[in-house]
Order: sequence, then structure tokens, then C-alpha cells
Amino acid sequence: MENRPKKKARTVTRRAFLQDLGGGTAGAALATRLRGQSAGQAEVSLPPALSQKNVTFKVNGRDVSLDVDPRDTLLEVLRERLKLTGAKKTCDRGECGGCTVLIDGQAVYSCLFPAVRADGKQIITVEGLAEGETLHPVQQAFIEKDGYQCGYCTPGFIMSSVALLSHTPTPSPAQIRAGLSGNLCRCGNYVKIHEAVAAASQKMRKA
Amino acid sequence: MKKTAYLETAKGNRPQGKESPAPAPAEFKLIGQPTPRVDGKLVVTGRATYTHDIFFKDMLYAKILRSPHASTEVVSIDLSAVQSLPGVKAVLKLKDGRVKYEGEQVAAVAAVSERTAEEAIKLIRVEYRTLPHVVTPDKAMADGAPRVHDSANVEKINEYTRGNIDQGFAEAEVTFERTYRTAIEIHHPVETHASVAKWDEDELTVWDSTQAIFNVRDGLAEALGIPETKVRVIKMYMGGGFGSKLDVNEHTIVAARLAQETGRPVKITLSRKENSLCVGNRPSTQITIKGGAKKDGTLTALSLKNFTCGGLDRGDESSEPLIDVYKCPNVKVEEFTVFTNTGAGRATRAPGHVQGTFALEGFMEELAVELGLDPLEFRRKNYTASNQGGTGIVYSSKGLDKCYDIGAQKIGWARRNKKPGDGQGKKKSGLGMASQIWWGGGVPGTLADIKLHRDGSVEAISGTQDIGCGTRTYMATVAAETLGLEPQDITVKIGDTVYPWAPISGGSLTAPSVGPAVRDAALKAAEYLKGLAAKKLSVPAEDVVLADKKLFDKNKPENSIAFKDLVKEMRRQAVFHGERGPLPAGFAYNTFGAHFAEVEVDTETGRISVLKVVAVHEVGRVLNRLTAESQVVGGVTQGISTALFEERVLDENAGKMVNPNLQNYKIATSMDMPEIVPLFVDLVDPRINNLGNKGLGEPPRIPSSAAVANAVYNAVGVHLREIPMTPDKVLKALQGKEAGS
Repeated sequence: MENRPKKKARTVTRRAFLQDLGGGTAGAALATRLRGQSAGQAEVSLPPALSQKNVTFKVNGRDVSLDVDPRDTLLEVLRERLKLTGAKKTCDRGECGGCTVLIDGQAVYSCLFPAVRADGKQIITVEGLAEGETLHPVQQAFIEKDGYQCGYCTPGFIMSSVALLSHTPTPSPAQIRAGLSGNLCRCGNYVKIHEAVAAASQKMRKA
Repeated sequence: MKKTAYLETAKGNRPQGKESPAPAPAEFKLIGQPTPRVDGKLVVTGRATYTHDIFFKDMLYAKILRSPHASTEVVSIDLSAVQSLPGVKAVLKLKDGRVKYEGEQVAAVAAVSERTAEEAIKLIRVEYRTLPHVVTPDKAMADGAPRVHDSANVEKINEYTRGNIDQGFAEAEVTFERTYRTAIEIHHPVETHASVAKWDEDELTVWDSTQAIFNVRDGLAEALGIPETKVRVIKMYMGGGFGSKLDVNEHTIVAARLAQETGRPVKITLSRKENSLCVGNRPSTQITIKGGAKKDGTLTALSLKNFTCGGLDRGDESSEPLIDVYKCPNVKVEEFTVFTNTGAGRATRAPGHVQGTFALEGFMEELAVELGLDPLEFRRKNYTASNQGGTGIVYSSKGLDKCYDIGAQKIGWARRNKKPGDGQGKKKSGLGMASQIWWGGGVPGTLADIKLHRDGSVEAISGTQDIGCGTRTYMATVAAETLGLEPQDITVKIGDTVYPWAPISGGSLTAPSVGPAVRDAALKAAEYLKGLAAKKLSVPAEDVVLADKKLFDKNKPENSIAFKDLVKEMRRQAVFHGERGPLPAGFAYNTFGAHFAEVEVDTETGRISVLKVVAVHEVGRVLNRLTAESQVVGGVTQGISTALFEERVLDENAGKMVNPNLQNYKIATSMDMPEIVPLFVDLVDPRINNLGNKGLGEPPRIPSSAAVANAVYNAVGVHLREIPMTPDKVLKALQGKEAGS
């Protein structure tokens, strides 16, 4: 019961705060108009937190500059602002790896990575691996070895695999298992995924 | 969908008809080969569109406020704060009165961003009047427990008898009784449940992460009071379901109502926590089996008593394996459900069979040891060619004996400890096996179309779903095989209720339903094309062969016309309707398999490592060896996960789930993987349908938990009888063994 007045007070404060800002649509405009962006994007209701921050980074070789809310994760910016929906929001707390992307070559859970920290970074998502219609050897191997079932965790697994092979080009079976241990596949296709990574490693060495 | 309805559908062997389907050829060129998925490129490039990935201009985001209490009453809901929050476009009250589980929906908002919606539901003030709750079956069965529903907390849901159980036990030379327990599992598809609802005048389109577009359509129409013709449901790609996505969900109806109210598209995606609480689980079981046998291993009696818990809904009937797998003249089954204040169970890949097989196969293992028989020989001793529960109807095909032969050879069955626990050292290894039965006959009446276009392109169309099993790929393969084309030549269209009807993708139904329907349509198209070619080539139609993208005279192959050139002769595009025919009466249609597991148990830490699983299945003809292997690998992996890790943990006092996430709800990872060897018994069912195939979704999910548990028994000499077999339970069992010896 003691909590109740406190909660109420907080609500009132929030409402007053919101009303002061009169709907708060200001400050949401993007610095750069991006492909696939709808006008609806600018319709932000909650006030931006204390300050939006402009960040500039490269994603899949493309320069991007936009204002982000300090609360935005990189995953949210990729999916909702840039419409790069390959990385998935699955647990939203770093438990499953469905959101894995490469940041300066490192496999990172983008759901835990604040978008403001993307400033100056080179980001590669699953959409950026193929060159034109030519698939990356890891992508090709996932198809040939059937390294997935529903395919939802696949972009994350592919990015972790690419990161693994970049620093360990000829991984042992134990290194493959460990390298992919941060990604969950609920269909349970791990052993097929392991086969795909081994096949990709072989192919990349030959190339 | 209601689990009873699900099981009726899964059984599939109704209606049976007299008409025999076109016989399946002994050999095919494409069907059965390892064919990479036709949509692989879309998936590996991240371009496959899942429901989470759908964005519309002006789309709103819905969030649901859910009860934090297991048992309570909503006294009042104050929306004043939320209604004035900028960006909130609509608010719905969803509950008035009694709430029966943690996670039950109370109110919902639609707002211009997900974050706004999340903030908004925090501003809804709900006054609850907390009521007594009960969340565990033990407590729910106790005298004076709070009632979950108006009726009693325990309800009989199934009984079955054959023969005379008392006489069976009287004839037995050895009788034995054991109790087995399985925990509640959460489906946890990686794509959490999601829907996008969009109205155009009075017509509703919903994109849904579902295994059953027609169930969602019908459920929405009913909930909204509009005709089914005004609802269209689309599923492009979906990230796993495992039974949790077989029907319309409450949150989908909420999205549709919010979209109606606002005139804007509304998207809802559930959080991992919501996914843990509100969209189903695999019911727990406590199964007591009593069996009697002659000293030579002949079973004389089996009785089973099950107390299953599916929260607010009925639990899983888990007796079918015991009723059907082994020859036993006297059987008695009684099953009870226990209601608790927790989210309702739903069908979970092989509902009842995972639990029932864990119990039955553990029991068979223990009884074999008691009788001094090899566990595999004991099973062979009680082998049957007829469906015991189906009053002795003979199986249309049954390759379980071959599964035993192949599996025993591949695992090296002779290596097992002759006496359980005989292994030396701190790390003890052992071998175990388990048998599997499921339905998988398919659903008569399933529809598919083949559409031929004048430019040579071909569509295979059905209102089915590809939930990761490779449906698109075998549809393309079946059509291509029949028309003399390649899989890449076929455009597959599925996942939309405007297409011809197909059943749920669950229960191992899809391949033996949709495959034969596509084959039927393609055979009709082929007949039509043969007629056209006959005129062009001046030969009788029956002499025309379709192969290698040509139609030619079988007696003079150079007399030919290219497929592409022939279809130009059509006046217009041509559509051929195919239907999966009735299952011939007088036979039982079931799938079979056997898993053989090798484990190592660290007796100091209690940790179990699965080293190898050989999984052999008989599902009639395999349509695509590559994707079929994945199905088996996935089933084994989930079975290991169930055996070792998975358990919903509740705080009894608070009535709340304490592990509603993937950090504390453990599932198997890369690090837990053994070597998995997926194998198939190659046979073609002679009458099941025009392809000779059965389903494969459930079978590989069923026996691996039991095989692992039996291998642990063989390793350490004590049977745990309870999954998950976490290290604490292993150590406790080992201590108990020491104390007892």
C-alpha cells in the first residue's frame, strides 16, 4: 500500500512531462532519407529521450547517417529504420544469437549493442554477404548441407560462421561447436550446421 | 486447436474409403533424391519474409497488458492515463472478472511505435483482487486445494481396456511396477508468435506466424462475427511452431480488433516471456506402468495410469504407445488430467507420445533386465504386425523390425554393458534404445492445383504451410517428376487461404497429404499434355512420355516436342485440380522407428554426455533425403534437450514462472550435440497414397529421450525415471543406489 501514492505520483509526472512536449513529434526526422523508409516513421509520440544522437556508420558498404534514440539498439535500427530484417529479434536479451551481425569483423549480438555505439563502425549483416547473385561460400554451404529448417535462426548462424572462419579458417569440430555455441536453433539442426561450416571452410581454402 | 481435435486429425485414418489410390511407382527419378531447398537462397540471404519482418506504412504496434497473478479478479481497469499518452491510437479492455493464470490478457493498446506501446501498457491501472491459486499438480490434487475451474481439479480423460487385465497378471511369471515423470516443456519457437492485421473496407487480411492458415481464418471469422470469405490469412515464412501455432491466437484477434478500430495496419509480436507463459506448453505426466510377462519374455499384461497436467486445459493422453507398439493381449489404461492455474498446454511435437514412450520404453528396459533378457530381444519377442489398439487391424506397412536390425548394427549393440552399471571408472558409458510409433497417414481431401502457363512456366499451388520441413521443395519435386521437368521449373505457391484447402502443418500430416494431392493434379496435367502431344507427334497418347523437359514417343524418342513449345499450343492457361484420395479401408497406417543412443555419465559431476544417436525410421517412401535427414536430426536434438535440460520452473507461492526466458529455460546447444546418424528403411507403402509416403514430423521426436534414459541406465545401473535428467537428479540417484546396495 505504501507504494501506491508513489506510483501515482510518477504517472502524473510522466503525463505532465508528455503534455509539456505537446505530442513530441519534433526531433525525429532522419538526417538521411533511407531506402524503404515510410513517412510513418517520423510519427513518434513518446518524446525522444534527453537527446537524440547522430551516428554515422557503414552497413554492408553503404554510408548511413541518422539520429538515434539512446535507447535504440543496433538491431532495432537495422530492422525498423533501415529495413534490414535479416537479423532477427528473438529473445531481445542476448540469449539466442538470432540478431548476430559483424561489427568491425566481430560477431556481435545486435540486440545488446546500443545504436549510439555504432558510430564510425563497419557493420555487415546477412544481406551484405553475397556479391550480387553470387552467394558467400558459407551461404552456399548452408543450402547444400541443409543447415537449417525454419530458417529463422539462420542469418545469425551464418554471421557467426563467417566470423569463426575469418579468424579460424580451418576449424576443428570442437572449434566449430564452440564458435557457434552462442546461437540457438530450436529446430535442432546443429549437426547439419556444423557440416555446412566444415564444407564452407574447405571450399574457402580451395578458392 | 483442442488437443483432442488435433489427435483426431493426426490419426488421419478417417474417412477411409473403398477406392484405392493410383499405385505408387516402384521408382522415381527425382523423388527420394537429396534435393536442396528451392527457396534456400531467400533464407540464407535474409530475404525470406517472416511475420516479424512485415512493415506497412502507417502501421501501428500492439502490446498486451497481462495478469502478473496466477489467480485473481480484475475489479477495475483505469485507462485514463494511457488514453492521453501521445501516440496511443486505441486501447481495449480485454478482461473483466476472473483471471486464471499468469499471463492472461487484461488490456491492449495500439500505438505508433513498439516502444510507445510498451510504455503505454505500463500506464494502465488495474485493480486486482487476488484469489488463492494452485500451480502444481501435487497441490492441485490435495484435499481442499483451490478449484481452478468450477469442476474438480482432477478429471478422467481417457480409459481403454482389452482382454482381461486380472487374468493377464495371473498368467504372468514376473510382474513389475514403475512410475515415470516428465516435466512441462515450452515450445519456444525462435520466431515468437506474431501477427499483422490489415483491413480493406470489410475485408481482413492477416499475416500470421502459423502452422495452420485455415484454422486462423476460421477462428478470426468466428471471433469477429464475419464470414470466412471476408478473412484472408497469409503465412510466408515462419520461424518454428512445434504445435504452439496450430490455431488462432487471442493476440491475433486483438490485433484485428485494434486494426479495425484505428483503420490502420496493426502488428503484434510476443516477447519471449509472453511466449513462455501464454501460447502453450507440453503437459507434464506421471505415468505408472505395471506389466506382467512370462519368463521367456512374452508379455501377458500391461496397465497404465497417467496423471497429466496441462494447466488450464487438459493434459496429454499418453497411452497410445503402450496400447499399440507391442503384442499384449491384456491392457488397461486410465488417464486423468489435473488442472492448475498455469497457461494451457497445447499440442507439442508428438503430444503424449514423447511422454508415453519415455515411460513405456523405460519400463520395457527395466522389465527386460528383471527378466534377464537383452532389451532389444525382449522387444522383438513381443513384435506385432497388426495394430493392437485398432482391434488387430494389420499395418499397411511396418518396418520396425528392419529399424531394429539396422540400428543395432550401426550402434554396435553388442558393446553394451551386459549388466547395467558394469562400466568401469568415474565416467561410465552405456547404450540404450527405444521404439517409436506414430500415425502419419495424411488427410484425405487435401487439395492442390497445377497451373500450366503458355510461356512454359508451371505453378504448384496449395493452401499448405512450409514450417521448415521442406514442403515447397517436395511440392516442386513431385510436380517436376510427374511433368518431366526440374524442381527449379516449378513455382510453388503456398501459405494463403485463397489457395485450395490443405490441413494444418502438424501431426506429420503435410507430406502424405499435400504430396499426393500435387501428384494427383500433376498426373491430370500430364494426361492433358500427352493428349496435346499425341496430335502433334501423330502417336497414341498412351505412347507419349514426359521426361527431360520434352514429350516424346516411347517407341521413337527422337519424335519429340519440347515442353515449352507444346504448352504454347494451349488456348489459355490450364488448371488441374488434385486431391489426396481416401485411405483404403481395412489397414492401419502408422510410422515406425527405433533410436539407439550411446552416453557417458560422469559419476562425479552427474553430467550426462550423449555421444552418439543412430536414428532409424520407416516412413514409407522418403520424398527428399536431404530435408528428411534434417527432420530426424532435429527430432533427435529436441529429444536430447527434453531428456537432459528442459523444464518450466514455477514458484509455488507466487504462482509465477521463474524461467520465462532462454537463459534459465535451457535448450540444447551446439556444445551438447552427439554424432547423429539418420537412416531410413527404404520401403514404399503399397496402398497409402499415390507416392507411398507417410509423415515424418513427429516420429524422430518420439524415442530419443527414452533411448538416452535407457543408455544412462545401462551406464550407471540405476534408472532415473524422470526427465529432465539434470546432474542433481543423477547424483541423487547414484547416491540412492550406493545406499541401497
